[in-house]
Amino acid sequence: MPMTPASPSLSPEVAIRVSGVSKQYSIGGRRRGQDTIREQLTARVRSLLRGGLGRSENATHLALRDVSFDVARGEVVGIIGRNGAGKSTLLKILARVTTPSAGHAQIRGRLGALLEVGTGFHPELTGRENVYLNGAILGMTRAEVARKFDEIIDFAEIHKFVDTPVKRYSSGMYVRLAFAVAAHLEPDILIVDEALAVGDFAFQRKCLGRLQAQAGSGRTVLFVSHNIGAIRMLCSRCILLEDGRVVLDGPVDAVIEKYVEQLGQQSAAKQVGPRHPDVGSGFLLHPREPVSDLTIFCGEAIVFDFDIEAEQPPGDARVGVSLRVTTPTGEYLVTMDSVVQRAGWLHGEEKHWNVRCDLGRLPLNEGAYFVWVTVCVYDDNSVKRFARFTNAFALHVLERDVFGWGNSLPRSRYWGPLYWAPEWQIQPAARLPATAPASSAGASDPTHQEAVAWQDSSA
Amino acid sequence: MADPQHVIDIYPQRGLLDLDLRGMWGSRELLGFLVWRDIKVRYRQTAVGVFWFVLQPLLATLIFTVVFGRLAKLPSAGLPYPVFAYTALVPWHFFAQSVTRGVNCMTQERQLISKIYFPRLLLPLGVLLAGVVDFGVGFLVLGGMLAWYGVVPSVAVILTPLFVLLTTATALAVVTWLAPLNVRYRDVSYTLPFLLQIWMFASPVAYSVELIPERWRWLYGLNPMAGVIESFRWAWLGTAPPSPALLAMSTAGVIVLLSAGTIFFHRMERTFADTI
Repeated sequence: MPMTPASPSLSPEVAIRVSGVSKQYSIGGRRRGQDTIREQLTARVRSLLRGGLGRSENATHLALRDVSFDVARGEVVGIIGRNGAGKSTLLKILARVTTPSAGHAQIRGRLGALLEVGTGFHPELTGRENVYLNGAILGMTRAEVARKFDEIIDFAEIHKFVDTPVKRYSSGMYVRLAFAVAAHLEPDILIVDEALAVGDFAFQRKCLGRLQAQAGSGRTVLFVSHNIGAIRMLCSRCILLEDGRVVLDGPVDAVIEKYVEQLGQQSAAKQVGPRHPDVGSGFLLHPREPVSDLTIFCGEAIVFDFDIEAEQPPGDARVGVSLRVTTPTGEYLVTMDSVVQRAGWLHGEEKHWNVRCDLGRLPLNEGAYFVWVTVCVYDDNSVKRFARFTNAFALHVLERDVFGWGNSLPRSRYWGPLYWAPEWQIQPAARLPATAPASSAGASDPTHQEAVAWQDSSA
Repeated sequence: MADPQHVIDIYPQRGLLDLDLRGMWGSRELLGFLVWRDIKVRYRQTAVGVFWFVLQPLLATLIFTVVFGRLAKLPSAGLPYPVFAYTALVPWHFFAQSVTRGVNCMTQERQLISKIYFPRLLLPLGVLLAGVVDFGVGFLVLGGMLAWYGVVPSVAVILTPLFVLLTTATALAVVTWLAPLNVRYRDVSYTLPFLLQIWMFASPVAYSVELIPERWRWLYGLNPMAGVIESFRWAWLGTAPPSPALLAMSTAGVIVLLSAGTIFFHRMERTFADTI
């Protein structure tokens, strides 16, 4: 068996050195359906019967391929890439949660890894007890936690509930406390994976600020995030991973630009065959581009172009199409219907129909959305039957400074899915609000009048 | 605190005997917290708390007394059968609970294992040490029973901590083998109850070791729990001391099993996060 080689000397200025690290996961030989010995045995026997003595069913997946880079002491490096690019695997290897399949990594100094916030919290224990327990799990000594205890509770803003079991906490309090413990870990090297995606917007800002302070204090930080804004704010250098490889390693702006470009290309390259409806039947959906996964920037125009194949020509029936945009959690944002808009029917002896729907600049904030397509067969003015393609399209909206205020907008989770540019008028008030502005510009609008009346009564 | 110039090396493999003892020692505070958490949480929201530990061997004693003492009339070294059985059931119950919890704690803590690095052996170790507290309570009740039946312990009772250590080591040895296997194959946790039941009847819990022919007794010692139970009976009930051959065999068996098990566990723990 290969013995541990003597460690090559690491220059004191290098905090992290990753040399030729690969990670291979076996899929098929392991994972689902082979978790028990019997399943393993049947899989072995099956592969034997198929004429292979080898482990023919042990398909493997390379999560990381020959990754190498150095991080100098005090450097703050971001790691970006699409889901499945290998970011988390890389962090897990550096955090020693798992081992590489090949290659070698070295880390100089005390390492703190936040792969998840609140790992090891026990619901039955109180806030105080969990702070100590979690601190120990993250690698702090009892004395260290005791010294920082008040600071941690201050940061989490949970003073009153220190001695309440955390199972009675609201989810917000829970993540605040969890992050607070993690944020007070003061290692030489900090590895953070998406840990910032917790709490409300104000708390997230606070966390980012804390990280920024840590990054500025000469600590080495390796930071994985989907939040491009946070990466840009914290990091000077960025590494782009794709398919387990380092694609680009350099100044943060250049790497983010490449990443965004790559996002667009990869979406466009996605091939999708005909799709059967999730509810109902009688129609098939063929995305035209063929794109079922669109990536745009905030404020860009969105066009959906797809074909509908009717198993039977509509004939005399009148068939309409509607599109619905939903949030990832399934809330409806907006529904658009060709029939309601009197924009046309599928009608007659044709089986193939093309539908093009130009949404224009739908004011969507940064985030992911889904688009449903529903084909409705009408009987007079009511729907007789329909075929629905749930989540027919995925829509990724990337943040951009739509208003040119020098920063992108907060994520849709905090500011809602839509942005809008109303007209504002802000000026010194000449009169007290109690004296209603009877001659104001909107006075003729009934709803506005209502609002004014309500203001009056509450004053 | 770790030396800031200390370099952590990460390799695909590590030496067979590279047991990361330094890491284990560095994590002793964490072990303390894990034990403390286990004790705190184990009997939360139960009405009788730690007496669950006493209740189970007591009920088993009742059943054994009726079935083996009254009906089968098994010899009990001249002692009242309930005391005879309970003295064996307390260490046995501790052993069985420790093995069950130790094997299952890995899969229960999968979240921790897949997100944070620490010597994985701390998890079963913590569970086992927390169980020692229960063990102590079991002996308090035994003391009461002895007073009731008027049985006087032998001087060897001061050796109890040693026997507790042997029991714990036996449980840990089993866990170091079965816990990694359970991470990979969940069959282990399903098989475990049967295995433990067979093991109990292969140990002198319900019967006396006297039933085993003298010339086979050293072989019987291959079951470390035989040595453990005989030692407890000797110490607390003043029965004949276990034969040195049996005790030596049990102790040697545990040492071998535990050493090899620790190496096995360390080889397997590196991929726990991938397979769990």
